[in-house]
Amino acid sequence: MHLEYQVYEADFVNAGAASSAIKKTLKQLNISPQIVKRVVVALYEAEVNAIAHAYGGMIYADIEPDKIILKVEDKGPGIPDIDWAMQEGNSTASPEVRNMGFGAGMGLPNIQKNVDKLNVTSTVGVGTTVEMEVNFT
Amino acid sequence: MEKTPFFHALKIDEDTCIGCSRCMKICPTEALRVRDGKAVLMPDRCVDCGNCFKVCPTRSIYIEQDDFEDIFNFPIRVALVPAVFMGQFPNEITVSRIYGILKDLGFTHIIEAESSIPVYTAAKKKYAAENPDIKPLISTFCPAIVRLIQVKFPGLTENLIPLRAPIDITAMYIRRKIKEEMELKDDQIGIFYITPCAAKIAAVKNPVGEEKSLVDGVINMDSLYNRVYHEIKKQGHGYKEQKLPVSQLSADGVLTSLTNGERRLSDAHHSYSIDEIHNVIEFLEKVENEEIEDVDFLELRACDQSCPGGILTCDNRFLICERVFGRARKIADRERKGEQTKDHELEEERNYLMRHMKVGEIKPRSMLVLDDNIAVALEKMKKIDEYRARLPQTDCGICGAPTCDALARDIVCDNAELTDCVFIQRNLEARGNMDVQESLKIMEVIWGKAKMNDYVKKK
Repeated sequence: MHLEYQVYEADFVNAGAASSAIKKTLKQLNISPQIVKRVVVALYEAEVNAIAHAYGGMIYADIEPDKIILKVEDKGPGIPDIDWAMQEGNSTASPEVRNMGFGAGMGLPNIQKNVDKLNVTSTVGVGTTVEMEVNFT
Repeated sequence: MEKTPFFHALKIDEDTCIGCSRCMKICPTEALRVRDGKAVLMPDRCVDCGNCFKVCPTRSIYIEQDDFEDIFNFPIRVALVPAVFMGQFPNEITVSRIYGILKDLGFTHIIEAESSIPVYTAAKKKYAAENPDIKPLISTFCPAIVRLIQVKFPGLTENLIPLRAPIDITAMYIRRKIKEEMELKDDQIGIFYITPCAAKIAAVKNPVGEEKSLVDGVINMDSLYNRVYHEIKKQGHGYKEQKLPVSQLSADGVLTSLTNGERRLSDAHHSYSIDEIHNVIEFLEKVENEEIEDVDFLELRACDQSCPGGILTCDNRFLICERVFGRARKIADRERKGEQTKDHELEEERNYLMRHMKVGEIKPRSMLVLDDNIAVALEKMKKIDEYRARLPQTDCGICGAPTCDALARDIVCDNAELTDCVFIQRNLEARGNMDVQESLKIMEVIWGKAKMNDYVKKK
C-alpha cells in the first residue's frame, strides 16, 4: 500500500498531519501499538525536520505485510556533515527556528532510536532524503 | 488482545426507536448503524459514554438498571453515594436530610463514594513514584475513558493507572468494616452504587482488569432522585429534620468528581485535565503521536464538566457543579478552622486498602483492526480506499452508516453494499443499471417499511 503526503516550508500548524494519517492506517493492521508508536515518532520527527529546517518536501510511505518503508524527501539547504548531525545536540537550525522550540539537535538521533533501518543522504543546496524502515515483527 | 464481549448498560428499545439516526451521527466511536429503521449497536465499539442517550428524541436508548427492590435481598443494605448526587438538590435540602430519606427508603448504611479519596490519591502517588518511566500516566477514574483507550488508543493502555476506582475502594472498606463490627458474612451485605452514568454500570457489571466488582448492584441516579424528591414533597414545607451524623467527607473528596478534581491533588509537574469525550479524543491523538511531550499525568473525563454532566444526573450540569463547589467551600472552611480533620477518612484501614489497590492488566481491545493477519488487513485497506474514492464524502448518513468512510469499511467487512449509497443508486439508475423499485427496496432494508410511505401522494 502506497501513501504520499506533501509538506510545506514553515507550515508548523499542520506539522504531524502525515504521521497522524499513517498512524490511523497502521492501527487498522493489527500491528503492535509499540511498533506503531515507533513509526509515528520517527516519522513525526522527520516531518517536522522538512517543515522547520527545509523548504518543505514529500513523504512517501509503503506498507508491506512485514514492514513499512518511509521516505522523506525535502528541498532544502541540505546537511553538510551527516555524521555530525546524527549526534545528539548538534543542529544546523537557524536562531528563528530554535526560538520556536525546534532545532535542539535531537531529531536524527531520535529517528535512529525508533527505526530498524535509516539512511540519510544529502546534497548541500539541493535537499535531504531520509529513508527509514520499521519491521512489524 | 482481550476478546470477550463488552457488557453494555445502554440498550435500544426497538419498539419505540424511530430510526432518526441522531445517535449514529453523534457517536464518538462510530458504534451505531441504522438497519430496518432501527438503531443498531456494535458492541465492540461502544464505550458507554452515553452521547446517544442524550440526543435520542424518543428516549428509546435506555439504561438497564437493577430493580430497586433488589436491595431487600440483603439484611444489610449500603448506599454508596457519590458527592454529585447531593448536588442534584437545592441548597436548602441538607445532606443530613437526604441521608434520612435514604434510610427511610430502606438503606441501613450510607457512605459517600469519595470517602476513599485520600487513600486513592496516596496510591496514585505511590504508583507514579514507582513508575517514573510511564509518561503520561492516565487516570482510570472515568470508566468510559478506560474503554475508549482500550478500543481507540490501544497503544496507551499501558499508560492507564491500574488501580481500583474510588467507588470500589470505598466498597471494599465499608464491607470489611460492617463485617467486622456486626460479625456478618459477605452475602449478607449488599452494596449499591448510585450512578450518574452508564459507563459506571458497565464497569460494575463487567469490570476491566478484575474478575468481579466489589459492588453488588447499581441504582440509576435519576430514578433514586425521583424517589427522594417524592419523599421531600411528602415531608412538606414545615418539615423539621432530625439531624443525622453525616460522613465527614473532605473538601478534596467532594471535588474529585468535578473537572480538575484529581489534577489539583496530583504532584505531577506537568498535567492536564480534559473533559468531554470528543475533546479527549482530540488530545489523545496528539499524545499518541508524542506531539505533546513531557506530560506526567492526565485526568480525562468522558462528560462535559465531568460527573455533573453524567447522563443520569437530574439538573443542569453547571448548577450541579456550583452546588458541589458550595458544599466543598463550606467543608474547606471547617477544615481551616480545625473543626474537621482533613484526609483522615478510612484512616484505620489505610494499610489494608493500599495492599488491595491494584487491578490486573488492562489490555487493548482495538476496534480498528481489520484482520489479525497483516497481509489480509492490507488487502482490505486497499479495498476500503477504492470504495472511499467512489463515495461522495458528504457523510449524509442515508446509507445507514455515520460517514462515507464508515460505509467503505462496512462494505469491506461485509456489513453493507456499495449500492446502499444513494448517490451510487442515482448513478446506476441514470445508466439504466438499476430501476427505481430496486433502489427503493435498498432504502427499505436500511430505513424500514414505515419510512418508505408514499408521502407525495399523501399530501
